[in-house]
Amino acid sequence: MTTNVRNEPTPQQIADEKIYRTFGLTDEEYDKVVQLMGRKPNYVETGIYSVMWSEHCSYKSSRPILKKFPTQAPHVLQGPGENAGIIDIGDNLAVSFKIESHNHPSAIEPYQGAATGVGGIIRDVFTMGARPIALLNSLRFGEIDGADNAHNRYLFGNVVAGIAGYGNCIGIPTVGGEVVFDDRYKYNPLVNAMCVGLLTHDEIAKGTASGVGNPVLAVGARTGRDGIHGATFASTEDPHSKERSAVQVGDPFMEKLLLEACLELIATGAVVGIQDMGAAGLTSSSSEMAARAGSGLELDMLKVPRREEGMTPYELMLSESQERMLVVMEKGKEHIAEEIFRKWNLEATVIGKVTDDGKLRLTEGDEVVAEIEVTTLVDDAPVYHRPSARPAYLDETLSFDPASIALPENFTETLHTLLGTPTIASKEYVYSQYDYMVRTSTVVRPGSDAAVVAIRGTRKALAMSTDGNGRYVYLNPRRGGQHAIAEAARNVVCSGGKPLAVTDCLNYSSPEKPEIFYQFEESCAGMSEACTALATPVISGNVSLYNQTNDLDIYPTPIIGMVGLVEDLDHITTQEFKQAGNRILLVGPSDTAGLGGSEYLRVVHGQIAGDAPALDLNVEKALQTAVLTAIQEGRIRAAHDLAEGGLAVALSESCIGGKLGATIELNSTQRLDEVLFGEAGSRILVEVAPEQLSGVEALFAKAGVSSTVLGTVGGDRLEIRVNGEAVISDAVTHLESTWRGAIPCLMK
Amino acid sequence: MKFAVLVFPGSNCDIDAVKAVEDVLQQPVDTVWHTTSDLSEYDCIIVPGGFSYGDYLRCGAMASLSPVMEAVKVEAAKGKFIVGICNGFQILTETGLLPGALRHNDTMQFRCDITPLVVENADTPFTREYSKGDVINIPIAHGEGNYIADEETLARLNSNNQVVFRYHECNPNGSVERIAGICNEAGNVLGMMPHPERAVSDLLGSADGKAFFTSILKAWEARVHDHQRA
Repeated sequence: MTTNVRNEPTPQQIADEKIYRTFGLTDEEYDKVVQLMGRKPNYVETGIYSVMWSEHCSYKSSRPILKKFPTQAPHVLQGPGENAGIIDIGDNLAVSFKIESHNHPSAIEPYQGAATGVGGIIRDVFTMGARPIALLNSLRFGEIDGADNAHNRYLFGNVVAGIAGYGNCIGIPTVGGEVVFDDRYKYNPLVNAMCVGLLTHDEIAKGTASGVGNPVLAVGARTGRDGIHGATFASTEDPHSKERSAVQVGDPFMEKLLLEACLELIATGAVVGIQDMGAAGLTSSSSEMAARAGSGLELDMLKVPRREEGMTPYELMLSESQERMLVVMEKGKEHIAEEIFRKWNLEATVIGKVTDDGKLRLTEGDEVVAEIEVTTLVDDAPVYHRPSARPAYLDETLSFDPASIALPENFTETLHTLLGTPTIASKEYVYSQYDYMVRTSTVVRPGSDAAVVAIRGTRKALAMSTDGNGRYVYLNPRRGGQHAIAEAARNVVCSGGKPLAVTDCLNYSSPEKPEIFYQFEESCAGMSEACTALATPVISGNVSLYNQTNDLDIYPTPIIGMVGLVEDLDHITTQEFKQAGNRILLVGPSDTAGLGGSEYLRVVHGQIAGDAPALDLNVEKALQTAVLTAIQEGRIRAAHDLAEGGLAVALSESCIGGKLGATIELNSTQRLDEVLFGEAGSRILVEVAPEQLSGVEALFAKAGVSSTVLGTVGGDRLEIRVNGEAVISDAVTHLESTWRGAIPCLMK
Repeated sequence: MKFAVLVFPGSNCDIDAVKAVEDVLQQPVDTVWHTTSDLSEYDCIIVPGGFSYGDYLRCGAMASLSPVMEAVKVEAAKGKFIVGICNGFQILTETGLLPGALRHNDTMQFRCDITPLVVENADTPFTREYSKGDVINIPIAHGEGNYIADEETLARLNSNNQVVFRYHECNPNGSVERIAGICNEAGNVLGMMPHPERAVSDLLGSADGKAFFTSILKAWEARVHDHQRA
């Protein structure tokens, strides 16, 4: 630590010139480092502390809140804290899944930003020993219409292409997701990627570095100078002010090799611990693995395989080159890794060993270039209890009076407006670019409420969905958080699955603003309440803060990835109407829909106002249980959650998918636009064969869940009459052309 | 009947092909690593979809130079049944076992869908269980499936009945004459962009690909039968 031949600043210069600030450390944080070390850190040590204490790695603003999530249940085999969570689905089978953001990189370089987001989340899942079987995503962009929005179209087009490029090549089907367009995201698009993997209980691997003397191997791609300080960069405001070189470049073919080699290696049983070198690369993987085991690590920087000569320990430790893993093997079994990786044309190189002194010690040959107590990087990372204040805008949004809004003159036209809104319109433009069928297990393809993937050799399947409505959270953070969980679970139920657990990706603006921290705190509290009510614990997740540019904050956008179990393939249910003559029921309260927070209010009236839609978690739980029971008893032909655009849009979607019309008769004392386009939780549209109707109604009545017969499937038109008066009437093919054509037309 | 499914490091439809052979035909099937140089024990060799060696260069260009493809050429010359699906089709054209080439889709986008195909020639080992003119629903999933060949080659393909499948009332990738699959002059080597192995049960959205596999088995049985009589 005495020599300094690399022209790096000395510890004294780092202190005097406050160079640590350029790495993102505050004066207070730097002082804490000095105090913990008992000396001034050198250049590489300063770099290591700065990334480990970045928001991205340390969760320093969010940790006190995240601790409050319910994470326990008998079926949870691995909760938060590992590379990904794991749940039990019976028969010795388990499912590992996690969602993660790649927002900041995607704002700068959308193709590679999105691609490497997919690559990172896949690694998180296969390091657990799981075979990845499905990918999902959740995306947010600014509006894509008009000449002014060419950049948003560029971001949208390239993010989708990047996700496709990576997932298609590696051969994991992208089976589901959602895309929302709103100018709140125009500078800060959101790119959240989720991966789901399957494993048996005995295949579970962990990210721990235990066993003194065990060898530590760097496997996969070599380390280059790309993505240095990516984690720090993701923890700051305005990604556009940063350099493109902080964005990594993905190589899905390399990842495919790494995936196969790692799963083959884990299957040998000679692996002690394995972890992805993701954000903060070798730094975070080594220190987190040591921290979990309470051990130390000694790594020789000269042994790290590299892409170019002359790389310094600083660069090697902070590089975020993709497709790399850190593996701890049982001593004497290094050759097993070397042989397997050679077969896949990859390198596995011993770069160090596990120690018992609790230190992360980096050497260059015999020279020690850094020495840090591991616990100070992980456990002693700063924790901030950020001030929280109820946002002032809430007074204004809550004072919204529906009476100030004129009723549309022609509801059929309004329905077309909504069906042609990119957020509601068909996302075929997006998912037709994803290979959603590879592995031949996708039994409900993209476009229905939740995707369903069959588990070969069993009658079981997994239902999975990503959901989150940032506008609801903006208007009522607590209830908005509840909605995110409830809707994700409802989608899983509509597909015939029992919701089991949650992974969350929490996208917000700067937590240093009290109003933003209030959104964060309150929405997480709402999510916790819903998780508890629906018995779906949080098993993994990720936080992305500082999604703001030029004072434009994104909507607080918690995205929920929900996974559920379909007990039998016969329970699989989709949203499209199946047969003329079948009856259509609205299950759930029929009078709670309001205009607050609705897509209708935003698109037709240009207002973001009102309270978030109504939601009662007890009603929600009863509804989901009852609908799932009816599905499992074989009584339901189609089920569709009522979401953006309300009843009229949901009916249209079920008609379009089934190429069938429907005749609907409603009675209501509410405003017509509330009835047709208003939004509320706890509402599911179901199709029932006439002979099943009385049984289904009795089932719902017994469960205390209200249900209303709306009408009948049939013909080739959607006809909606309210209080005897025809209000919507159009050919399904006409509705379909609006809905299907909207995004392709805008992207031409 | 013994099947081989080739596995390049970036193959990703290999397992699907194996599952289809097992589920539809209940016949033995091996996965064969790309460094293998002898395929003489197999009656049918499937070159599956995927991204053989990453395909950052032209799709299938590197795979066409692999040891296993030399072995495929040897078996093709013997009259063994060779099937190239998606990336496998690209590899067969790069290898020269089939004429023409596959370019980027005219949309310049990857396209995944279930697509109707017309069976143009039901007199091949791969289609004998279909009838000419049948419209079958088979998935596609590719970024480079835009088939092209010079006019002379096209004329030959048509006059020899080598166009086995065409896209029906759609053209998802810009292929000349909506060509979706072709065979060689001898009729024992077939390449197609659509994935019959993804259409072997109603649960997957279509079971129209089953007859593709049963055709191969029937063709092989007929061949064995003929040999025995001779």
